[in-house]
Amino acid sequence: MNQNEAHFNYILRLADTNLVLGHRLSEWSGHGPYLEEDIAMTNIALDMIGQANSLLQHAAKLEGKGRTEDDLAYMRNEREFYNTLLSEQKNIDFAFTIVRQFLSDAFDFHLYKKLESSKDETLAALAVKGGKEVAYHLRHTAAWMERLGDGTEESHARLQTAWNELWAYTADLFAMNASDRELVKTGIAVDNETIKSAWLKTVEEVMKKAHLAMPANTWQHSGSREGKHTEHLGFLLAEMQYLHRTYPQAQW
Amino acid sequence: MTKDSQGILWEVFIQSKPGQPHRHCGSVHAHDKEMALQNARDVYTRRNEGTNIWVVRSEYMVSSSPEDIGPFFEPANDKIYRHPTFYSVPEGVTHM
Repeated sequence: MNQNEAHFNYILRLADTNLVLGHRLSEWSGHGPYLEEDIAMTNIALDMIGQANSLLQHAAKLEGKGRTEDDLAYMRNEREFYNTLLSEQKNIDFAFTIVRQFLSDAFDFHLYKKLESSKDETLAALAVKGGKEVAYHLRHTAAWMERLGDGTEESHARLQTAWNELWAYTADLFAMNASDRELVKTGIAVDNETIKSAWLKTVEEVMKKAHLAMPANTWQHSGSREGKHTEHLGFLLAEMQYLHRTYPQAQW
Repeated sequence: MTKDSQGILWEVFIQSKPGQPHRHCGSVHAHDKEMALQNARDVYTRRNEGTNIWVVRSEYMVSSSPEDIGPFFEPANDKIYRHPTFYSVPEGVTHM
């Protein structure tokens, strides 16, 4: 992978995570626990898909092969997606949705702060804009973590179940490949190791308020940085890409 | 009436620009203060409407009733001298 391909691939990683998690959240649209939260989740989904759109535009430009953001979103297959494993996990229930979103928001919050000083000026500008959105997402999900964890017996039990299941996907958030490390040297990419302790601090503060315990099983999934995914991504892409692939010229 | 399971009702007031008064724009359901503030933000400021939000529990609002219209408001109808229409307003003053 040359420097430009590595750069393209790095932007795809960021874009795909936003796109896939935004799509997952959009599945709640019209099914939220009540009207206001339905709107809140749809807002967050739209923010993430908006960020994915900008990042994919940037990626397409870097690639320079005439592909558009739509081609990248709708015409790539599962193994060509680099989103985090966490982002593709199913909604299951509201507790799973909130835990997944919180862990991802906390990661993005610290990542975007660092990306603001990336040598890639477009990426740095997107990180400034997106960072404000992410700060709100994190505030929203952190409040729900506390509310559910400190709520009823059932809400706490569901939150802990979701926590135990999803914790196994957190190491994958930080996964980097060899070309990412090259990009770190040129000041384009962020070394994920440098945000680990800040992320963990945010996570532990919220865990305390939510009375959550760390799962006994500490085994971790991996693979998304190489395009290896859990079974759920294929189904998500089938639904997300169906319309565009069936009617490639469709306009709306 | 069936019990409302969506939480407590809150009234929402949005300030469109600094210096302007907060205006009532509707209500939201929420179980606590932070949720009320976030729900108000998500429901009422999606299109750049605000720079500040107040939320207050609806049950703490005190309101006059329709029967009060006579004694409360009608006596002001014929007190034209209470209007500052006899003063000229300097140019450039937009909010009086």
